[in-house]
Parts: sequence; structure tokens; C-alpha cells
Amino acid sequence: MRWKSKTPCSQKSEEPIQPTSLSLFLRLFYRYRDLAPQLVPLDYSDNPAVTLPYELIGSMPELKDNPFRQRIAEVFSEHGDGNMTLDDFLDMFSVLSEMAPRDLKAYYAFKIYDFNNDDYICKSDLEKTVNKLTRNELTPEEVSLVCEKVIYEADVDNDGKLSLADFQRMIIRAPDFLSTFHIRI
Amino acid sequence: STLQSKNQEKDKEEKEDKEDENKEEDNGSQQNRTSRRKNYQRRNGDEKKARGERSQKRDRGKTAPNKDQKESENKEKKTMKRGKEGENKQKKDRKNSISSSSNSSDEESLSEEELAMLKEQVEQKKKLISTMRNKPWRMVKKLSVLREAQDFVEKFEGALGKGKGKKLYAYKMMMAKKWVKFKRDFENFKTQCIPWEMKIKEVESHFGSSVASYFIFLRWMYGVNLVLFGLIFGLVIIPEVLMGMPYGSLPRKTVPRAEQATAMDFSVLWDFEGYIKYSALFYGYYNNQRTIGWLKYRLPMAYFMVGISVFGYSLMVVIRSMARNANESTADGDDDNFIFSWKMFTSWDYLIGNPETADNKFASITTSFKESIVDEQESNKDENIHLRRFLRVLANVLIICCLCGSGYLIYFVVKRSQTFSKMQNVGWYERNEVEIVMSLLGMFCPPLFETIAALENYHPRIGLKWQLGRIFALFLGNLYTFLLALMDDVNEKLAEEDVVKNITHWTLLGHHNSSAGNDSTVTPRPLDPADVPRGPCWETTVGIEFVRLTVSDILVTYITILVGDFIRACFVRFVNYCWCWDLEAGFPSYAEFDISGNVLGLVFNQGMIWMGSFYAPGLVGINVLRLLTSMYFQCWAVMSSNVPHERVFKASKSNNFYMGLVLLILFLSLLPVAYTIMSLPPSFDCGPFSGKKRMYDVIQETIELDFPLFVAKIFSYVANPGLIIPAILLMVNFTNTSRTEYKPHRRVLANISFFVHK
Repeated sequence: MRWKSKTPCSQKSEEPIQPTSLSLFLRLFYRYRDLAPQLVPLDYSDNPAVTLPYELIGSMPELKDNPFRQRIAEVFSEHGDGNMTLDDFLDMFSVLSEMAPRDLKAYYAFKIYDFNNDDYICKSDLEKTVNKLTRNELTPEEVSLVCEKVIYEADVDNDGKLSLADFQRMIIRAPDFLSTFHIRI
Repeated sequence: STLQSKNQEKDKEEKEDKEDENKEEDNGSQQNRTSRRKNYQRRNGDEKKARGERSQKRDRGKTAPNKDQKESENKEKKTMKRGKEGENKQKKDRKNSISSSSNSSDEESLSEEELAMLKEQVEQKKKLISTMRNKPWRMVKKLSVLREAQDFVEKFEGALGKGKGKKLYAYKMMMAKKWVKFKRDFENFKTQCIPWEMKIKEVESHFGSSVASYFIFLRWMYGVNLVLFGLIFGLVIIPEVLMGMPYGSLPRKTVPRAEQATAMDFSVLWDFEGYIKYSALFYGYYNNQRTIGWLKYRLPMAYFMVGISVFGYSLMVVIRSMARNANESTADGDDDNFIFSWKMFTSWDYLIGNPETADNKFASITTSFKESIVDEQESNKDENIHLRRFLRVLANVLIICCLCGSGYLIYFVVKRSQTFSKMQNVGWYERNEVEIVMSLLGMFCPPLFETIAALENYHPRIGLKWQLGRIFALFLGNLYTFLLALMDDVNEKLAEEDVVKNITHWTLLGHHNSSAGNDSTVTPRPLDPADVPRGPCWETTVGIEFVRLTVSDILVTYITILVGDFIRACFVRFVNYCWCWDLEAGFPSYAEFDISGNVLGLVFNQGMIWMGSFYAPGLVGINVLRLLTSMYFQCWAVMSSNVPHERVFKASKSNNFYMGLVLLILFLSLLPVAYTIMSLPPSFDCGPFSGKKRMYDVIQETIELDFPLFVAKIFSYVANPGLIIPAILLMVNFTNTSRTEYKPHRRVLANISFFVHK
């Protein structure tokens, strides 16, 4: 893997901009490349515009069993279609790592569960979430009851849907959020 | 007018252009076409340089660059990418005006207000850099903004120093940055050194985070024990072995004549008698010489201080871990306000990477939703708080009865064993009755507690905590009974010691008289160390008891895992073909990993180690080996014979609960050791404190002989109980506050942020 070496930058001190150490960064790069070795070059110095299609991302072992993998890929991809560049890939795994701050995770979790991308989690988004979680095993009345309860619990401004603020307020108190919204790679 | 301002900007940009050309190339501020032109020039220059460097690289060879190079290249890659992409994106929040205005003015002649303003800007940029990771921007944007901020800070930080002080200021800044870089490199290195990361990840993806939390706890325990081992081994065992008197030179270091015939037998060694007893593994081996070797190493003092620092270090590490955990977690998990919301958004464990576990998880989530729906429908009917409270009180009463019953049973059995020890013909059962009763209680009480706890109707996580607490109380009873028995033994030995002291004294005297009686000019032949009558040496006995307990605990654990998990799994898998009912679905099926049992076992084992390490320095080494093999053995056993839990719930806050247990056990194990150090006289003929009235006299002796006079005076004033008790109280207070200081802080923040968002 060849990158350019240039002296002024190496002399500077760096604050950790992303919670990835060098070894983790390398690991992620190799994982990205392993998905499609013929598409991803080893030499990134001329900034190739390489995007991997969603099918490859969704087949990774860490993601293939996750019911929300499509939404995750869509949220982190550049054009919202699930096809990811290396930057998007790194973004995704650094937000999902255990070192990412809680508020950042809450922000992205909101975007993932907002299926129609309208910046609100409305009842249809909730229904989709429940059905994905239970693989359609609940009856429609049960699904409806669950969604109504969620809106009743978390909706503070009473507009019948969850805004980012509602969601964050609710998820920050959750004891399990940090440990479940976490992918180790 | 807009055209004019545009032209003015263009002129400014061109001026900047010429000045910047000589400065470093990767400055990230681009906004309009003129800056893009500037960047294009730079890019061309870069590419030429890059081509040159690439050819240089090829000449150097195709081997992978070393770590430092890679890291600098990594940074370069990021900046180059950022450089190219930045010009395609419009950035709104750019402090371009400041950079242009400061470019135009000369750096050496900044006025006071400009200086202050510049300082403020630098501070702002620094703050931006430090909070960068919290911003929900895309990585590309973060990189470019960060780059710009860093360049700004670097450019003008040096300029903030005035006149002569400027160079010193710049130097200080440079050293601070180097220090930050060093710390970061060190953190990277430390992260790479963490062992078993992949193994734990595998367990996590199959079994969920609660099972993995046990292994993370085990790894942490291993780290702590490794440090303790290093302390004890390096400061006590090695000096004694290298610089102290060898085996056979002193009575305390030699196997007595009577035992020498059997000292090498395996059965004797297994009981930790024979040669093992008279080795550096136990307290009795150490000599009470004040200084040993050419280094004048004060071994008794070192032994005492290491014993104290074992507890001190453990305390510090546990509290630090608790504070860190408390920092990460926020409000309590008993909040009933968001049941459905949390179920919906936090029940899926993103760590799951295995289809079987995923299936289990889907099933458990469905069940959990159905249960909550039923609860909701039930509670809409009527809320009978009184019934629930009554049932819980009833359950607690029943369990307290059980605990008292088991406590009395152990007491009764111990008393009986004391009468048995005085009798002559005792059978195998009578000899081992105490151990048998304790094991039976340990095996049957926990399931009994679980059945009674079904009355309480708690959430599984809370139910687990109650269960852990109750089993803890049960084991505590066992432990303290064991200690009481041990104390009885010790007191007996102390009484015996007085008698033996006299015998030894008279024997030696008699020997001198007899050997010198014939010929008064010849120096008396010293009595062979193996023949000197020995005192009972209660410290070594205590050490041996703890080592035996630890070893039997290890064996029982491993055999339980082997039989209870592995053999059972083999049986279910292979005999299922020819059995009447489905072994896999019904009884016995595959075992689930018992988190609470294993955690408690680990915690109690550590308590044993803390108690016994003062009297058996080698015990920590045995424990390190045990934890190491445990990690591999249990990982293998979990992956090969266990199935994921039916109700997969998260570990989350349990971490602090485990730490709380560890802290409690630490204090409880400190008590017996402190008591014996403070109030029991050390044996007269074995150990580093032999001959003293109390063990802590070694401190006074060191102060009197090794330090100047005034230090002794100071210590005699400070050692006043009136000072020590408040100091202890202060310390307790401090540990308490440092443990809890983050909790209310975080909750307040969460509440404030809610109001702000509203």
C-alpha cells in the first residue's frame, strides 16, 4: 500500500480525529478491499472514486444477520443508496465502534430508524422497525399497539411522531444503548 | 459594490497566494474560484513531488514501510484526499477574514488588541479540534475543518509569544505537541497489546454481550493479578532466592529430620507439605535478617510494604474502573417510562454475527414484545401493587430464613468437627463433614433461591442482581466459617508455641553444653538445622490452607465445566440418536453459560488470593496461571458445548455491579489480614518478622535505624489514633466521592440537554 510521505505533516501533532488507531484503520482498509479486490486499488494516493455496491457491504459477516443492514448502509453512503466509498465505510465503523460518543451514536441511530428520511420517526417507520425486529410475527393489532405506546412514551412535543430531540432524550437514558449499538471489527 | 468587494477579495487572495507559496503546501482553506486556482498550482507542485517520491519508494524496495512511515503516510493520505475534495465542497464556517488580515500584518509587530483577539481565535480553534469527534459531520468534512483549524493554530501559536519570550513559548508549544503525539502513539501501542480481543469478539458474536462481559471481566482480573505477581515476585521472592541464605542453612529453611523420609512423595507434595512447605512459596521460609546481600536489601520491610501495597494497588484499580464505568453509564435502568421505546430501539444487539444467535434473538425479542403487550393489557385492567409488594416481602423473608438456616448448619457442623478431631477413630465422612456440607449447600441453595425469586416478578436483569446478592451472602457465610475454624487453629498453635519455644531453647543449650563439655577450646559444633525442634509456625499453616483451598477450587471448577458442560453436550449430541425423547429439546439439552455462577466464583477466588497472599507469596503466581488457563479453557468450553441464552439480555450496567462486588470482597479480605498483623504475635522461629512482638514493629525499626532522628519524632506524633482515624475517614470519603462524582453530573447534563433541545 503506497501513500505519499511528506515531511511537514508528520512533524505536526495530531489530535485523534476519529476514534480509530492506525491498526484499526489498516484493518478496516483491508476489510474494505477484501470485499472486492479487483475494484479497490492498494494505492489511494490519487484518490480513486471507488464505490462498492450495497450487496457486497450487506454480505459482510458483521452485518449479514442485522435486520437493519440496508438502512445502515444507506445512512452512511454518500448518495443514500447503500453504495459506499472507503470514507463512508470508515465513517460507519467508527460511529459503530465502542469509542464513539453517545450523542453521535444517538444521532446516527435516529437516521437509521427513519426509514423515509423525513427527519421524523413517524408511525410507519415504527411499524417497519417492529416488523423487522420480530420478522413479522406480531399481529397487526399488536404492532399498532406497540407503535402507539412508543409514541406515547417518547413524543414530547405531541406531534404524533418522534423528532431528533425526542429520540435523543429517550435514548440517552437507555442503559443498553451503548452496548447494543456497537459493532466490533 | 458587490463586484468591487469581489475584486478586493481577489486582490487579497492573490497577495495571500504569493505569500503562501513559500509556506507549507497543505493549507486547507478553499472557498471560491481564486482559491481553487491557488490549490491547482499547489496540486501540480505536489504531484511532481509525489512522482519523485514514488520513484524513490520503488527504489527503496517493495517491502512494506515501517510503522512510523506508514503513520506519516496515513496522515498524508488523509490530507491529500482532503485537499482534492475540499475544493469541490463549499464551506460556510471559515475564518478566512482572520487569516487574510493577519497575513497582511507583520507577525512581529502585533498590537495588544490584535494579540488578544488572535489568542481567542487560537483558543476557539483548539476547542474545535478537541470536540471534533462529537460532531455528526461526514468524515471528509471533519478532516478538512480539522486541517484548517490545526494549521491556524500552528501558524499563530508561535506568534503569541512576545519578543524574547517568543522562542521559549514556541519551544514549549512544540514540546507539548510532541508529548501529545507520544501519548497517542503509546495509546495505540497499548491497544494493540490487549490480548484475546479476537477470541472475545467471537464469543460475543455467538452469545451476546452479557456472556462476553464475563470474559472481559476475567481478562481485567488477569491484568490485575499480573501486576500483583510482578510486585511480589520482583520485590520479595527474587531477592530472597538470590541474596538470602540457601535451603538447608537455617532451621526454618530445612525439612525437619522426622519428615525427610516422605518429603518428596507426591501425596505429601500435593498437600503442600514436604519440600514445598519449606520453599520461598510460603511465609515460613523467609529469614528475619534486617538486611541481606551486598545491596543491603531490607527484606522484612519490603515484605511488609509489598503486603500493604497489594491491597492498596487493588483498591486503586477497582475504584478507577468503577469511576470509568460510572462515567459511561447514566440514569438507572429501572426507569419504567420508556419500556416500549427501549425495547424497540435497543433490543437488537448489533454485535450478533451468527445466524443461530440471530434466530434466538428474533425469537426472544418477539417474546419480549408479546410479554410487554400482555403486561400492558393486564395493567390496564388493574394495578395490584399491594399484592406484588406482599409477595416480594414474603420471598425475602423466606430467603433470609434459608440463609440463617444454612449459617446455623455450618456452625453446628464446625463445632461437631472440633469434637471429632479430639476423638480417635474418625471415619472419612466425619473428617470431611464440613467440606461436604458446605459443597452441598453451595450446590442446592442457589436453585432454591431462584425458585423463591419467581414470586418476586422482577425484570430478569434485576432478578439476576438479587440472585447474585443472595448467593454472595451464602458464600460469605461459608467463608467466615472457614476463617473462624482457621482462627481456632491459629490460637491453638500460638498456645503450642510457648511450649515449643522452651523446648527449643533447652535443646540448644543442652547441645552446646554437651558438645563443649569434652573440650572447652573447640568451638561447639552447630546443631544440624534439620534436628532443631520447630515451632508450629501458624503463618505457614494459614498460607497452606489458602493454597489448598485455591487449588481445590480450581479443580472443582474445571471438573464441573468438563462434566457439566462438555460431557453433557457429548451425551446429548451422540446418545440422542438412540433415546426415547429428544434430548436436545427437552431434558437435559445443552447447557447455557452460567454468568452469575462464574462471576461469583471469580470474585471469591480473588478474595481468597488477597487473604492468602500475605502468608503465601507464591499464591498469586498460582492464580495467574489459573486465570490464564481459565481464559483458554472456558472460551473453548463455551464455544463447543454451550448454547446462547433463551432470554438474551444485555450486560450493560452489570459491569459496575461486578466491580462493587469486587470492592466489597477486597474490604472483607483485608479485615482478617489486618487483624492478624495488628494483634497476633509472629512466630518466634519462622518468617521475616520472627523475634518481634508484632509484625508492624518492622516499620518502627526501619525508621529508627535507617532514617535520621527527626523522622522518628514526626512519626511518633503522627501515629496518634486521634490523627489516624480522621485520616481513614477522609480516605473512605474520598473513595466514595470519586466513585460517584460522575453519576449526578451526567444525569444533570442529560436533563439540561433535554431542556435546551426543547
